[in-house]
Amino acid sequence: MKKVVWGLVLLLVILHHDIWNWNNDKLVFGFMPITLAYHAGISVAASVVWFMATKFAWPTDLEDEVARDTAAQEASV
Amino acid sequence: MSPGWIKVTIIGVYLGLLLFLGVFSSRLFRGTSKDYMLASHSIGPFLLLMSLFGTTMTGFALVGSTGEAFAEGVGVYGMLASSSGIIHSLCFFVLGVKLWSWGKKYGYTTQAGFFRDRLESDKIGLVLFPILVGLVVPYLLVGVISAGKAIEGATRGDFPGFTENGGIPPWLTELVICVVVLIYVFFGGMRGTAWANTFQTIVFMVLGVVAFYLIATGLANNSVAEGRAHKVVDGERVVRTEPPAGLMDSLRIVSQEIPKARRVRAEVALEDQLETVEAPSQFRTREKLDPWMFLTYMLIPFSVGMFPHLFQHWLTAKNANAFKLPVVVHPVFILIVWIPCVLIGVWATTGLINIPPPIAQDPNKVLGFMVKSLSGDVLGGFLLAGVLAAIMSSLDSQFLCIGTMFTTDIVVHYGGKDRFSDKQIVLISRIFIVLIVVATYFLSLTPVAQTRVFQLGIWCFSGFSSLFPLAFLAVYWPGLTKWGAYAGVLTAAGVWFVLFRMSEFGATENWAVQIGSIKTMPVAAIFFASAVATVVVSLITPKPSQQTLAKFFPQKA
Repeated sequence: MKKVVWGLVLLLVILHHDIWNWNNDKLVFGFMPITLAYHAGISVAASVVWFMATKFAWPTDLEDEVARDTAAQEASV
Repeated sequence: MSPGWIKVTIIGVYLGLLLFLGVFSSRLFRGTSKDYMLASHSIGPFLLLMSLFGTTMTGFALVGSTGEAFAEGVGVYGMLASSSGIIHSLCFFVLGVKLWSWGKKYGYTTQAGFFRDRLESDKIGLVLFPILVGLVVPYLLVGVISAGKAIEGATRGDFPGFTENGGIPPWLTELVICVVVLIYVFFGGMRGTAWANTFQTIVFMVLGVVAFYLIATGLANNSVAEGRAHKVVDGERVVRTEPPAGLMDSLRIVSQEIPKARRVRAEVALEDQLETVEAPSQFRTREKLDPWMFLTYMLIPFSVGMFPHLFQHWLTAKNANAFKLPVVVHPVFILIVWIPCVLIGVWATTGLINIPPPIAQDPNKVLGFMVKSLSGDVLGGFLLAGVLAAIMSSLDSQFLCIGTMFTTDIVVHYGGKDRFSDKQIVLISRIFIVLIVVATYFLSLTPVAQTRVFQLGIWCFSGFSSLFPLAFLAVYWPGLTKWGAYAGVLTAAGVWFVLFRMSEFGATENWAVQIGSIKTMPVAAIFFASAVATVVVSLITPKPSQQTLAKFFPQKA
């Protein structure tokens, strides 16, 4: 799953470069220039991907490691 | 009360609240340097989210984005905002959490402390210190100058006789915000800064949305009043006379007016066509931008990985899980702040509001002018307070971090830790903070203030971005050596300086590095030169000791 998450991050980076929208001046919902709407979508997608990252790629061992080391330091004082 | 005094009173009350918050938070001060600089690693997810977001969103995000959208069109969002949503969270995730864990375990307060340890090199601190301070100072100026210009634009004509244009002069605004930020950072330290950031972030996000609503409905009313708004009746376009009905209706009316060029009418639905504005330059697409420049802009947000003030904020986290909320929510927060600003900037090009030449020539004044023209005096005052909130929520962390760096990396490091009591260390930090605020204020009065805020910010961010490879490799590559780090830092500094000079020290707008027919952002050349130098030199120089490698890259059982 970790690989999927990093793959999605890479996909976001690729999708960010939407040259296909470059000269498109249509309005989405009647008011939002499409290039702006598309990139607003990228922002929302980024949030979703990072949510997945915190679920499936979070370094849980780090928290335990710090807690262990801090406890060891406090015990030695 | 005159309109000008109404605004000044509201802003004064807001600044008073901030001072109260700073002084109040100082009552929780535990008296230790660790508490003053890192809030004793006590910051939870919400405060961390708000302080990280408030710190990264500066005058650059509000005043600069509106100004750039006014000058270049809506593409500015994709260039910096959506890319930041991806890259900032990436930096929090891959660097922030890891550096927090080492900071907590090994007691780091600044980047120099970490790099000294990781690279087994005392001198790396001396090399990094002037570069980081040298890059933070222009960043500080971006905030201070933005505030001066925004208030000047928003109070234009309110104080006739006081200045030539009747606005509050930038030097006065800059002086006031420097003093206010100084006071709450001085007394509150990192805890006061985190609280103030949270308060200010809430203020500028809420007021930003309010400003957006007022400006959208105000412009839509203008459009109808001037007979520019149209509607389609039985397949024919007729002038609309009924007033806008709510926000969505206003948004549609106003966005129809965004100037369009290259409009191929056959390809566009009737209701999307424009009849009342001639087709000048294009703001609705990215016609004004270069695809290669757009691509290489994506390297700019990597600057977050090396901002010293963010490094310090990362270390304040209570635990690793506190990072989850900022990592997830940051991109959406960026959207909430940037989309309204960018739309306001392009709406300013429609002619629905007359932007006088002095404002049009200085895009950083556009937001302030729009707020002044389209909201009442009371709301205008609140909205100006929101603009100041965004700016000051970055300034405080930067002032604090420079004070911390001077104290930790120079005075305590070279003076000897045992030489100073904790109380003395706090005092020294405070003295440095005062000095840096004074220096920043006087620098803001120099001609550099005439440079467009956005352009200055881009050069500053480029410098930080070019140091990202060093931070990333230090965290993930055991093969990084001190000589590789020196090579990377010096290459970044050298290439940055050469290109900055070629751009006439930022005075040439949108200056690019030309590679054949391709134009790229200067950050691309600096970033890759720095990365290559760091890797190549590391490969051919002696590795850090086994002890250091075991400390930072322990073998997992």
